[in-house]
Amino acid sequence: MEGQEQIKARIEAAVPGAIVEIVQNASPSQQHSLKIDNEHAHDVAKWLHDDPALRLDFCSNVTGVDWLDRTVKKTVKVKKVVDGEEKEVSETTEEKIPGYLEAVYHLYSMTHKHGPLIIRMRTTDRAENACLPSLTPIWRSAEFQEREIFDLYGIRFDGHPDLRRILMWDEFEDHPMRKDYVQPDDFEWEPTPHDDVLARAKQHYAPRPELDGAEKITTTDSHG
Amino acid sequence: MSEGIDEGLRSKLQQQGVWVSSMQELYNWGRKNSIWPLQFGLACCAIEMIATAASRYDIARFGGEVFRPSPRQADLMIVAGTVTKKMAPQIVRLYNQMADPKYVIAMGACAISGGPFKQGYNVLKGIDRYIPVDVYIPGCPPRPEALLHAFMELQRKIDEQKLSGANKAMHLDREQPSEFPVPAFGKHDLEPPANSNVFHPPAIERA
Repeated sequence: MEGQEQIKARIEAAVPGAIVEIVQNASPSQQHSLKIDNEHAHDVAKWLHDDPALRLDFCSNVTGVDWLDRTVKKTVKVKKVVDGEEKEVSETTEEKIPGYLEAVYHLYSMTHKHGPLIIRMRTTDRAENACLPSLTPIWRSAEFQEREIFDLYGIRFDGHPDLRRILMWDEFEDHPMRKDYVQPDDFEWEPTPHDDVLARAKQHYAPRPELDGAEKITTTDSHG
Repeated sequence: MSEGIDEGLRSKLQQQGVWVSSMQELYNWGRKNSIWPLQFGLACCAIEMIATAASRYDIARFGGEVFRPSPRQADLMIVAGTVTKKMAPQIVRLYNQMADPKYVIAMGACAISGGPFKQGYNVLKGIDRYIPVDVYIPGCPPRPEALLHAFMELQRKIDEQKLSGANKAMHLDREQPSEFPVPAFGKHDLEPPANSNVFHPPAIERA
């Protein structure tokens, strides 16, 4: 299969207005991916599916990623004129990156026996605008997996034929795979607690002020 | 053993070809040797349960080979596997549909406590939160021998049940419930997360 740079160039030539960005993967796998913009995602996916050289006709896996709000600190050395003298001063800038949700598609070609090509799409935020275009019309195998992402991450896929929860029950309101999910508290009976479980089980312990003293009982409210 | 019969007299009568028994003994003998399990499995423990039912381990030796596909015809519910929170209401509903007398074996680590998935958001931490369990089998999964042992324990338990008196069997006591509330799917968890009339966790002793 041709390289990401080449595919990116060919997509941008074939689909006018499409914005493709190569997302580097620094891990040993070096599996870089193409981030495609939501507006042209359907056309780009259709092109990847139909292009005779690529023919990515098999979508093997779709998964979600949750990225929380984060701040990136950068320290840059800048030359500045202080009191008439030119000095080198290090300046720290903080960049706030708002959180977003991501859907990642792994594409293979059964015709040419090549792959994977990894494409991803990003939502603008993690709350009301957590919407992405559905690629189920192009790869039918994405149907259940997009439903799973909808269930566990809360991304709504526009154009999905049957967007319902698939693992949790319909009345459930949370998205358990999100990083800020707080699971229900049923830790009242933990015979051998340790680590996080110990912290949560302690909230159910009856207070023993005569033995522990008041300060040893932690009652941190992890439910927020 | 039947009450009110002198064991010596009984033995002497038996030597003369007269067999003396009591209604209770006969009743329990019949019940304990024809325990029909409900045919359903939830996870990998069910594979061990199938092996127990097949010829090598052969639960038919104990009268339990007739796995019924209907709760109306079953006496024993073998909760074989992980009970997810989505499945738990259906398990309770099946239990409620079974006719008295009915028994429950919680098979494997998941059914008794949630097992390796205990800290998961979607797994019930033991089926004894909603229905009374007669025999617990630890193991992941328990071997067929363990299930047979549990089955024999249950038979022993049935054999000891009283037909009358203050501590008579649960199914003969009109005061005892035979159905339990089915938990509802809540916004964050099952509601209620446990039935406080059934689930009595022991107090944790802290050193």
